[in-house]
Amino acid sequence: MTTLSQTLASDALTSGRLPRFTVPVIAVASLLVGIAVASLFAGGNLALAAVLGFVLYLLAMETAARVVEGARQASDRRATTLVTGAFILALLPLGSVAWEAISKGIARFDLNYFTMSMRNIVGAGGGAVHAIYGTLYVTGLASLMSIPIGLLTAIYLSEYGRGNRLAKSITFFVDVMTGIPSIVAGLFAYALMGLLIGPGFKSGFSGSIALSVLMIPVVVRSSEEILRLVPNELREASYALGVPKWLTIVRIVVPTAISGLISGIILSIARVIGETAPLLIASGFTASLNNNPFDNPMMTLPVFVYDSYAHPGTDVQAYWDRAWTGALTLILIVMLLNLIGRLIARRFAPKIGR
Amino acid sequence: MSKRIETTDLNVYYGSFRAVEDVTITIEPRTVTAFIGPSGCGKSTFLRTLNRMHEVIPGAHVEGEVLLDGENLYGVGVDPVRVRRQVGMVFQRPNPFPTMSIKENVLAGIRLNNKRMPRAEQDDLVERSLRGANLWEEVKNRLELPGSGLSGGQQQRLCIARAIAMEPQVLLMDEPCSALDPISTLAIEDLISELKEQYTIVIVTHNMQQAARVSDVTAFFNIAGTGSPGRLIEVGPTDKIFSAPDEKATEDYISGRFG
Repeated sequence: MTTLSQTLASDALTSGRLPRFTVPVIAVASLLVGIAVASLFAGGNLALAAVLGFVLYLLAMETAARVVEGARQASDRRATTLVTGAFILALLPLGSVAWEAISKGIARFDLNYFTMSMRNIVGAGGGAVHAIYGTLYVTGLASLMSIPIGLLTAIYLSEYGRGNRLAKSITFFVDVMTGIPSIVAGLFAYALMGLLIGPGFKSGFSGSIALSVLMIPVVVRSSEEILRLVPNELREASYALGVPKWLTIVRIVVPTAISGLISGIILSIARVIGETAPLLIASGFTASLNNNPFDNPMMTLPVFVYDSYAHPGTDVQAYWDRAWTGALTLILIVMLLNLIGRLIARRFAPKIGR
Repeated sequence: MSKRIETTDLNVYYGSFRAVEDVTITIEPRTVTAFIGPSGCGKSTFLRTLNRMHEVIPGAHVEGEVLLDGENLYGVGVDPVRVRRQVGMVFQRPNPFPTMSIKENVLAGIRLNNKRMPRAEQDDLVERSLRGANLWEEVKNRLELPGSGLSGGQQQRLCIARAIAMEPQVLLMDEPCSALDPISTLAIEDLISELKEQYTIVIVTHNMQQAARVSDVTAFFNIAGTGSPGRLIEVGPTDKIFSAPDEKATEDYISGRFG
């Protein structure tokens, strides 16, 4: 008769351990083999070398661990390797994008770029101050419209409408809105302004409307999820103190969830700040600084990048340099927003510790 | 500063399901009344009807009357928010507000209701409530630190301080010690004995020794089976319920033959 401990192999509490240097040694060895094979047969293809090295490492570790440490440790190491590999693979494009944007954008990352517009500029020089202002105006106005609407909708969905018909249909339509292609949002805003003001009307505000259409569902969904995470006990504790529902929401539910709400809002801004297509239609192109978002076309950074890259003048390199600096600026703006969001979130986060 | 609660033929429903049936009970001021009974028999549900907290759950409603010194809590035009200001509640699990310091937690009832109070009065109220909850000596030097940093027993006493800072007429406690260790439990039981000098206290407990120790009156709830509503089987002075109950079911439950 076999007992449980017998089916689990031996009663021993110890098992073999691979020495600590095994991992780096096998990693370097398999990478070297990969490079050697790739340079012999594929003319030094780096991607092939990396893939080959990874597979070799996986196989070698599997064998070594299985022989020395046993099956459970081997599968543990296999999982570790796969997870780490996936992580590196995911980081590669990020690092590559950052590197490209910095190395190519640094050339024009100068004072001129942030003080001059493209008015009367052909060829080198000039800057993107009109596009930076435009992006700030358009995204700022879009946020001003979307954040209150989105937050209040989320509060309705999680606090008042739990499961009723209206809430269900709102949730459904918000989900549908999440899937709207951005170009459709742009056409919608353009057509709306055409109806309200006149055909062909373009302005920063039209762009904000298009971005709002894209932004509201993101704010609603993320905020709703976060608000649902607030424990019901806190709401009950507040009701039991004789606090009305609306004050409970304003003073307890929202502050408890504030850091998540802020991250959601920052993410939604990051989601729309790089939109090109709707702004192309709704806000249009211009080479000059326009400080009135309610009339006349307004340039934005993504459109500026697209325009500089797609329609360079005679001095192609100057246009392309400006495009890359525009991309870098956009990344920096999003990073700055993230940073500010985190600081605010930390300031208001629930206090823990003793 | 404490009021009598009377209910007559009170039925509590969740949607169409009747959870508690025909409860008639009188809870005297300045006494501790304990509700005991097996899980799911409607003790907590009934307790929550006494300050209209059960309405927070969608579909829950009540038939019958709950009188607070003769005034029907379910009468026309009664605002549940005002009811809860007179009938405070302490929950099973300590739930201090995580965004607030110890002091702010005690003042939560005042501040959340947007009431203005001079600073000196606030400090006075904080000290009075924390002393009332036997917590003052332990936290007086860290009033500005978050309430969530306290131990479980301290957090529960903080919640009691928060409830009594509102100076309610009645204090409901829904298994206040079930998440606590014996020492914290003892601290809270001592506190209950002190608090009954001023308040009407109703406590739900699964711990029969606790009911015997702290309460003056004990009410035994039971259900016939799953799906049928909970009923009040017997209510009487604690000594009598624990020594010579009138009902067989009460005796069986107390002597540990079921439940």
